[in-house]
Formats: sequence, structure tokens, C-alpha cells
Amino acid sequence: MNIVETDGEALLVAMRKLLARKNLVTAAELAERTAATDKASPGQGARMVARAWTEPEYRALMLEDGTKAAEAMNIPMRGMPPLGVLENTDAVHNLIVCTLCSCYPRAVLGYPPFWYKSAAYRARAVRDPRGLLAEFRTTLPDGVRIHVVDSTADYRWMVLPKRPIGTDGWSVEQLAAIVREGDMVGVTVPSV
Amino acid sequence: MDNDAKRAHHDLGGVSKFMCEAVDVEPHALTSFDREVDALRGVLGAKAIMTVDELRRGIEAIPEAEYHRLSYYRRWIRSITDNLLRKGIITEAELRAALEET
Amino acid sequence: MNFSPGDRVIVKDDWPETRGPVHIRTPHYLRGHAGRVLRYLGDHPNPEDLAFARPAAQRSLYHVSFPMNELWPEGREDDEVVVEIYEHWLEQP
Repeated sequence: MNIVETDGEALLVAMRKLLARKNLVTAAELAERTAATDKASPGQGARMVARAWTEPEYRALMLEDGTKAAEAMNIPMRGMPPLGVLENTDAVHNLIVCTLCSCYPRAVLGYPPFWYKSAAYRARAVRDPRGLLAEFRTTLPDGVRIHVVDSTADYRWMVLPKRPIGTDGWSVEQLAAIVREGDMVGVTVPSV
Repeated sequence: MDNDAKRAHHDLGGVSKFMCEAVDVEPHALTSFDREVDALRGVLGAKAIMTVDELRRGIEAIPEAEYHRLSYYRRWIRSITDNLLRKGIITEAELRAALEET
Repeated sequence: MNFSPGDRVIVKDDWPETRGPVHIRTPHYLRGHAGRVLRYLGDHPNPEDLAFARPAAQRSLYHVSFPMNELWPEGREDDEVVVEIYEHWLEQP
């Protein structure tokens, strides 16, 4: 058996020891990294969306330069892949996938969901997007076109969903509260 | 164009045998194993010891049956180990010894 | 090779993965297909080389749109797949 075929949990324990002894990766560095990753969450993206819904200039910035828009919300983006934001409209609905692996806008939204990384999602999104949306109980109105965005390279993509009807006069906090992780991937749409 | 016959096995877009597979839409929380492997990859990347591209290559090199059998982060730790061995950052002897420690 | 938004392009019908170990970020389902450039996404080091810890040249990256009905028998004409493709995988028709 090739040594890399060893059980993953055993490999991790051994690698952790070896790399700490060589002073290449310490326990403190691992803890620091986990803490930084934990700060990112769909809530960050939701706050960006809510602001875009209420401030036309911020919406324009978000669509032009997602990285700058994230930084404007104090989301650390230095050294992170560039962020691209795609807007859902009455005519077009965007759906994000990474068919080759699991590229995801982690700096903004945090860890990718389990389903996003699955073979079924990765295979079906680019070929049967409406069938895939149905798995999430999402049906789009007739006549809406779908753009499936396959994240293959250096950019990470998120969706700016359509602001739902019935939210006139809502505060950014109220708006952010109705934006879920799936809305920013395109598998669901926000509703009141 | 018989693109399906020539594709690498991780290249899954539109592959017919998955088109009828249901998507597990449940949340599935990350385990401490998952989080530590994720952090390990991040630190190795931040310190320019191993890139995300090398991680991907290592995952893609996992034989097809194993690729689909292994959980997401088990693919990662296998790839990370493979890459660090290839680059001589750790040796197989060192790794065997560390695995044998209790 | 420089492309501009609106340019029609064809993805090379090439299969390096059949010739040896590689790391390719152009999905199989696009090879040989025609698309339209939407946007230039900057220059980035070639992942095909980064994956093997080789020196990586900068390559131009483009967002390219493909009509779904040309990719899949059941695809709708109005739906699109939009993919980041590196310049060296794109040809003029």
C-alpha cells in the first residue's frame, strides 16, 4: 500500500507532529488560521447584499469590483482571490458552481456548503440547472434565463440576488436577515 | 465530439452518470478533522510551502474509485501528504515513524 | 493573443490529459465549442505550471459565454454557461 493511502485521520495526526517538529506549521498557526476562517460567514455576504439593495453606488461598486466592495465592509481580502459579483435580474438568474473542484468565495461567505462540493451538484449545475434548483425547492418564473457560472480559475463568484417584493422601507439589518447562503450561490432566492 | 471519453475523472460538468443523482441538501457540519485539514492547507499556502494548484493536482491524481469514496477532506490530506513527500519537505521514513508513534 | 468583449472564440479541441499527468482548468464539456468573450479578467500565473511547482508564466484570463443548447442535447437556447478560460485555450474561428 502506498503510504498516502493511509487513513486520513492517522495521516493528519502524523503530519501535524512532523510539521510542528520541523517548525513548518505550528499548533498556534493552525489555531490562528481556523479563527480567521471562522470569521467569514454568509452573514458577511448578506450585509453586502443588503447594502447594495439600499445604496445604488455600493451596488455599482459590488458589480464592478467585488473585492473593493468586500473591503469597504471591512472584510479582509488581501492575498485572497478576486471576487466577482453577478446580479440576478427579472431576465437573468445566475447559478455558481465549480465543476472541477469546489472553488467558492470563502473570504466573504466562509466554508462552502456540503452540497456545493458534491459530485451531483458539480455535474448537474452546468447541464440541468432547473432540475438542480428544484432540489432546493426553487422554481424560476417562465422566461427567466439561467447563466451557470463555472468557477474554473482565479476568480471567486457570488450572486447578488434580486431584492424581494414587500421589503420597501426595510432597514439594512432587516434586509440582511433574509439573505441566506444559498441565495448568494443561486440555488435559492430570498423571500419575505 | 466524444468529450466524455477523454475527460479526466474529476472533470464532472454534465457527466451523464451523475445527472439522476439526488443532491444531499442537508447542512452537514464540519468535523474537527475537516477544520484542521482546511487550516493546514491554508497555513501551507500562506507560507508558500504548497499552493492550492498543487493541492488540486494531488486530488485529481487520486484514482477514480478512491476519489469518489473518500470524503472531501480525506482527499485533501492525501493530496497534502503526497505533495509534501514529492517536494522532499517530509520523507517517507519520517512519516512512517510518525505514524507508528502512539 | 488578445481578445475583446464580443469576440467569438473556439475552445481548443485538445486533450493533454490523455498524454500524461497534467492539471487543466478548461472543462472537458467546452473543448471544441464556440463561445463569446464577455470580459477580460486580468493576467494570472498559469495554474497548469503552478500545480507542478514549475515557474508559471502570466496568462490572460477571459470570461466566455456558451449557449447551453450547443453544449447539451437538452440545453435551452436562452441559457448560458459562463466560464473563465485562459488565452492559450482559445482560438479565433
